Amino acid sequence: MARIGVVVFPGSNCEFDAAAAVTRLGDQAEFVWHTRTDLDGIDGVILPGGFAHGDYLRPGALARFSPVMGAVERFAATGGPVLGICNGFQVLVEAGMLPGALQKNRGLTFLCQPTTLVVSSTSSVLTRGATIGQELVVPINHFSGSYTCDDETHDELVRNGQIVLRYKENPNGSRDDIAGVANKSGNVVGLMPHPERAMSALLGSADGMVLFEGFLGVKVAPFVLAH
Amino acid sequence: MNYFVIVDVTLRKGIADPEGSTIERALPALGFTGVTNVHAGKSFRFDVEAESEEAALEKATSLAERLLSNPVIEDALPRIGER
Repeated sequence: MARIGVVVFPGSNCEFDAAAAVTRLGDQAEFVWHTRTDLDGIDGVILPGGFAHGDYLRPGALARFSPVMGAVERFAATGGPVLGICNGFQVLVEAGMLPGALQKNRGLTFLCQPTTLVVSSTSSVLTRGATIGQELVVPINHFSGSYTCDDETHDELVRNGQIVLRYKENPNGSRDDIAGVANKSGNVVGLMPHPERAMSALLGSADGMVLFEGFLGVKVAPFVLAH
Repeated sequence: MNYFVIVDVTLRKGIADPEGSTIERALPALGFTGVTNVHAGKSFRFDVEAESEEAALEKATSLAERLLSNPVIEDALPRIGER
């Protein structure tokens, strides 16, 4: 049974949903307060959605300086799986653990709706259990979710298969319909949609399951670092 | 000495500015014509204790790049201001 640390910043609000997704698949979730400086015994880290530190300045700008982020960076550097969902994705780009940046949505409206995602790469801890081209219905819930990066970074993302999920119909103006990206090694992944809210068909969609199964290593071979 | 510093943070050239373009589109409805190239940004003001103007600006530049702006999409321009 894997022990997954769900980091809680002041202002996080999706930590219980993330923990429920983990426990639903038979693993153990443990809340990690943002002032903690160690991740001893943790097998995977989730940075959940919300408004860490009130999203003051820019989403993720202050959270990246929370004490726990040093431990998260060290954990990722040793190949540990790290997943940033929504605000967690914003924290990971601000921390420089993932390339690019997240801007305000093109239409300047807060978006809260189901979206259809297309799996673009399976060389990441999140998408390793899915198949390329597979469509997943997963909700979004954000104001600053428009992914952007320069041409050079974009070329590199395409070349390395780091674009893991794209929107079928782009809701927020993100570059190249990007919904989620991974680092070069594939062990750090961030996405704006909320797979933890797509864990039950009764509640709209169970398509987040295949992503969490990948992240938790259920039903798939252990992840091997690509680089 | 205390120096009053203003830092303007604006989106880098080529980065989409939906706030700026929305404001620009709203202006003609209010009767303001001939206003183009509208850009939205942020402005920060603070005092810096330093030996000289140069040292104050250097400190402001460093903190603006580290915290006040995201260099991936934004430029930060610190200057000494008048109170």
